[in-house]
Amino acid sequence: MIGFFALAAGFLTLLVLIMAGRLIMGPTGADRAVALDAMNTLVIGIMILLAAHFESVVMVDVAIVYAALSFVSTMFIARYIEEGRK
Amino acid sequence: MIYVFSVLFLLLGMLVNTLGTVSLFRFPDVYTRMHGSTKCTTFGTISLSLGVILYAIIRRFQTGEVRFSVLALHTVIVVAALLISNATGAHVLARAAHRSKAFPKNAVIDSLAERDERLLKEGFRR
Repeated sequence: MIGFFALAAGFLTLLVLIMAGRLIMGPTGADRAVALDAMNTLVIGIMILLAAHFESVVMVDVAIVYAALSFVSTMFIARYIEEGRK
Repeated sequence: MIYVFSVLFLLLGMLVNTLGTVSLFRFPDVYTRMHGSTKCTTFGTISLSLGVILYAIIRRFQTGEVRFSVLALHTVIVVAALLISNATGAHVLARAAHRSKAFPKNAVIDSLAERDERLLKEGFRR
Protein backbone atom coordinates (compact mmCIF):
# COMPACT_ATOMS: atom_id res chain seq x y z
CA MET A 1 0.00 0.00 0.00
CA ILE A 2 2.78 2.41 0.92
CA GLY A 3 4.45 1.87 -2.41
CA PHE A 4 1.30 2.81 -4.30
CA PHE A 5 1.61 6.52 -3.47
CA ALA A 6 5.15 6.59 -4.86
CA LEU A 7 3.90 4.75 -7.98
CA ALA A 8 1.15 7.33 -8.55
CA ALA A 9 3.65 10.19 -8.00
CA GLY A 10 5.97 8.71 -10.62
CA PHE A 11 3.10 8.35 -13.08
CA LEU A 12 2.12 12.01 -12.54
CA THR A 13 5.74 13.04 -13.10
CA LEU A 14 5.59 11.25 -16.45
CA LEU A 15 2.39 13.17 -17.31
CA VAL A 16 4.08 16.49 -16.39
CA LEU A 17 6.97 15.65 -18.74
CA ILE A 18 4.49 14.88 -21.55
CA MET A 19 2.67 18.19 -20.92
CA ALA A 20 6.00 20.03 -21.29
CA GLY A 21 5.77 19.08 -24.98
CA ARG A 22 2.74 21.36 -25.38
CA LEU A 23 4.57 24.01 -23.34
CA ILE A 24 7.46 23.93 -25.81
CA MET A 25 5.60 23.67 -29.14
CA GLY A 26 2.46 25.68 -28.41
CA PRO A 27 1.56 27.97 -31.35
CA THR A 28 0.46 31.00 -29.31
CA GLY A 29 1.22 32.30 -25.85
CA ALA A 30 -2.17 31.24 -24.54
CA ASP A 31 -1.42 27.59 -25.37
CA ARG A 32 1.76 27.75 -23.30
CA ALA A 33 -0.11 29.39 -20.43
CA VAL A 34 -2.76 26.64 -20.45
CA ALA A 35 -0.07 23.93 -20.43
CA LEU A 36 1.73 25.68 -17.55
CA ASP A 37 -1.53 25.89 -15.55
CA ALA A 38 -2.19 22.14 -15.98
CA MET A 39 1.42 21.34 -15.03
CA ASN A 40 1.09 23.43 -11.86
CA THR A 41 -2.03 21.50 -10.83
CA LEU A 42 -0.26 18.18 -11.37
CA VAL A 43 2.78 19.32 -9.35
CA ILE A 44 0.43 20.09 -6.43
CA GLY A 45 -0.93 16.54 -6.74
CA ILE A 46 2.61 15.12 -6.72
CA MET A 47 3.42 17.09 -3.55
CA ILE A 48 0.34 15.69 -1.76
CA LEU A 49 1.15 12.12 -2.82
CA LEU A 50 4.76 12.43 -1.65
CA ALA A 51 3.58 13.87 1.68
CA ALA A 52 1.43 10.75 2.14
CA HIS A 53 4.33 8.52 1.09
CA PHE A 54 6.90 10.03 3.46
CA GLU A 55 4.23 10.71 6.15
CA SER A 56 5.37 14.31 6.64
CA VAL A 57 2.86 17.13 6.99
CA VAL A 58 5.25 19.92 5.94
CA MET A 59 5.05 19.00 2.24
CA VAL A 60 1.29 19.68 2.23
CA ASP A 61 1.93 23.19 3.58
CA VAL A 62 4.41 23.72 0.74
CA ALA A 63 1.66 22.57 -1.66
CA ILE A 64 -0.74 25.20 -0.26
CA VAL A 65 1.84 27.98 -0.82
CA TYR A 66 2.60 26.60 -4.30
CA ALA A 67 -1.12 26.71 -5.21
CA ALA A 68 -1.38 30.37 -4.16
CA LEU A 69 1.78 31.37 -6.03
CA SER A 70 0.78 29.52 -9.22
CA PHE A 71 -2.61 31.29 -9.13
CA VAL A 72 -0.90 34.69 -8.92
CA SER A 73 1.52 33.80 -11.73
CA THR A 74 -1.39 32.68 -13.94
CA MET A 75 -3.08 36.05 -13.33
CA PHE A 76 0.04 37.97 -14.36
CA ILE A 77 0.64 35.82 -17.46
CA ALA A 78 -2.98 36.48 -18.47
CA ARG A 79 -2.43 40.23 -18.05
CA TYR A 80 0.67 39.93 -20.26
CA ILE A 81 -1.16 38.01 -22.99
CA GLU A 82 -4.04 40.46 -22.93
CA GLU A 83 -1.83 43.29 -24.21
CA GLY A 84 -1.80 41.65 -27.66
CA ARG A 85 1.86 40.67 -27.68
CA LYS A 86 2.21 37.06 -28.73
CA MET B 1 -7.26 -4.68 2.41
CA ILE B 2 -8.84 -1.84 4.34
CA TYR B 3 -7.26 0.68 1.96
CA VAL B 4 -9.20 -0.50 -1.12
CA PHE B 5 -11.28 2.70 -1.48
CA SER B 6 -8.15 4.84 -1.19
CA VAL B 7 -6.51 2.84 -3.99
CA LEU B 8 -9.69 3.15 -6.09
CA PHE B 9 -9.64 6.96 -5.70
CA LEU B 10 -5.95 7.01 -6.66
CA LEU B 11 -6.60 4.90 -9.78
CA LEU B 12 -9.51 7.17 -10.80
CA GLY B 13 -7.35 10.26 -10.35
CA MET B 14 -4.52 8.81 -12.45
CA LEU B 15 -6.97 7.85 -15.23
CA VAL B 16 -8.60 11.30 -15.35
CA ASN B 17 -5.21 13.06 -15.30
CA THR B 18 -4.16 10.91 -18.27
CA LEU B 19 -7.31 12.00 -20.13
CA GLY B 20 -6.43 15.64 -19.41
CA THR B 21 -2.95 15.16 -20.86
CA VAL B 22 -4.37 13.49 -23.98
CA SER B 23 -6.87 16.33 -24.44
CA LEU B 24 -4.01 18.85 -24.36
CA PHE B 25 -2.59 17.22 -27.50
CA ARG B 26 -5.66 16.12 -29.45
CA PHE B 27 -7.80 19.29 -29.49
CA PRO B 28 -7.43 21.94 -32.23
CA ASP B 29 -7.34 25.36 -30.51
CA VAL B 30 -6.79 27.12 -27.20
CA TYR B 31 -10.34 27.04 -25.85
CA THR B 32 -10.98 23.33 -26.34
CA ARG B 33 -7.54 22.51 -24.90
CA MET B 34 -8.36 24.65 -21.88
CA HIS B 35 -11.75 22.92 -21.55
CA GLY B 36 -10.22 19.46 -21.48
CA SER B 37 -7.08 20.06 -19.47
CA THR B 38 -8.50 22.31 -16.73
CA LYS B 39 -11.55 20.16 -16.06
CA CYS B 40 -9.67 16.87 -16.08
CA THR B 41 -6.67 17.95 -14.00
CA THR B 42 -8.89 19.64 -11.40
CA PHE B 43 -11.09 16.58 -10.95
CA GLY B 44 -8.14 14.19 -11.08
CA THR B 45 -6.13 16.04 -8.44
CA ILE B 46 -9.19 16.33 -6.17
CA SER B 47 -9.71 12.57 -6.53
CA LEU B 48 -6.06 11.90 -5.61
CA SER B 49 -6.50 14.17 -2.58
CA LEU B 50 -9.60 12.22 -1.52
CA GLY B 51 -7.51 9.06 -1.63
CA VAL B 52 -4.87 10.65 0.59
CA ILE B 53 -7.56 11.93 3.02
CA LEU B 54 -9.10 8.44 3.33
CA TYR B 55 -5.63 6.92 3.90
CA ALA B 56 -4.81 9.52 6.57
CA ILE B 57 -8.12 8.98 8.40
CA ILE B 58 -7.65 5.22 8.42
CA ARG B 59 -4.06 5.56 9.68
CA ARG B 60 -5.26 7.98 12.38
CA PHE B 61 -7.63 5.37 13.78
CA GLN B 62 -5.11 2.55 13.42
CA THR B 63 -2.07 4.16 15.02
CA GLY B 64 -3.63 6.98 17.09
CA GLU B 65 -1.05 9.56 16.05
CA VAL B 66 -2.21 13.17 15.76
CA ARG B 67 -0.12 14.06 12.68
CA PHE B 68 -2.31 11.96 10.40
CA SER B 69 -5.38 14.06 11.24
CA VAL B 70 -3.26 17.17 10.57
CA LEU B 71 -2.37 15.64 7.18
CA ALA B 72 -6.07 15.10 6.37
CA LEU B 73 -7.07 18.65 7.40
CA HIS B 74 -4.30 20.32 5.38
CA THR B 75 -5.19 18.23 2.33
CA VAL B 76 -8.77 19.53 2.67
CA ILE B 77 -7.34 23.08 2.58
CA VAL B 78 -5.44 22.21 -0.62
CA VAL B 79 -8.67 20.92 -2.21
CA ALA B 80 -10.46 24.19 -1.37
CA ALA B 81 -7.59 26.26 -2.82
CA LEU B 82 -7.64 24.17 -6.03
CA LEU B 83 -11.42 24.53 -6.41
CA ILE B 84 -11.19 28.32 -6.22
CA SER B 85 -7.94 29.05 -8.07
CA ASN B 86 -8.26 26.67 -11.05
CA ALA B 87 -11.69 27.89 -12.15
CA THR B 88 -10.72 31.56 -11.78
CA GLY B 89 -7.42 31.07 -13.59
CA ALA B 90 -9.05 29.29 -16.54
CA HIS B 91 -11.69 32.03 -16.84
CA VAL B 92 -9.05 34.79 -16.87
CA LEU B 93 -6.88 32.91 -19.37
CA ALA B 94 -9.81 32.35 -21.75
CA ARG B 95 -10.72 36.05 -21.67
CA ALA B 96 -7.09 37.06 -22.22
CA ALA B 97 -6.74 34.64 -25.15
CA HIS B 98 -9.88 36.04 -26.78
CA ARG B 99 -8.63 39.63 -26.35
CA SER B 100 -5.25 38.72 -27.88
CA LYS B 101 -7.11 37.83 -31.13
CA ALA B 102 -6.73 34.04 -30.82
CA PHE B 103 -10.14 33.11 -32.21
CA PRO B 104 -11.63 29.61 -32.02
CA LYS B 105 -11.20 27.30 -35.00
CA ASN B 106 -14.25 25.99 -36.93
CA ALA B 107 -16.57 28.24 -34.92
CA VAL B 108 -19.74 29.60 -36.54
CA ILE B 109 -20.95 31.89 -33.76
CA ASP B 110 -18.62 34.00 -31.59
CA SER B 111 -20.91 35.59 -29.01
CA LEU B 112 -18.13 37.31 -27.06
CA ALA B 113 -16.85 39.15 -30.19
CA GLU B 114 -20.41 40.25 -31.05
CA ARG B 115 -20.88 41.53 -27.52
CA ASP B 116 -17.58 43.40 -27.62
CA GLU B 117 -18.53 44.99 -30.97
CA ARG B 118 -21.90 46.06 -29.60
CA LEU B 119 -20.35 47.55 -26.47
CA LEU B 120 -17.75 49.36 -28.60
CA LYS B 121 -20.52 50.80 -30.78
CA GLU B 122 -22.29 52.11 -27.68
CA GLY B 123 -19.11 53.94 -26.69
CA PHE B 124 -18.02 51.64 -23.85
CA ARG B 125 -14.27 51.55 -23.26
CA ARG B 126 -13.15 48.32 -21.66
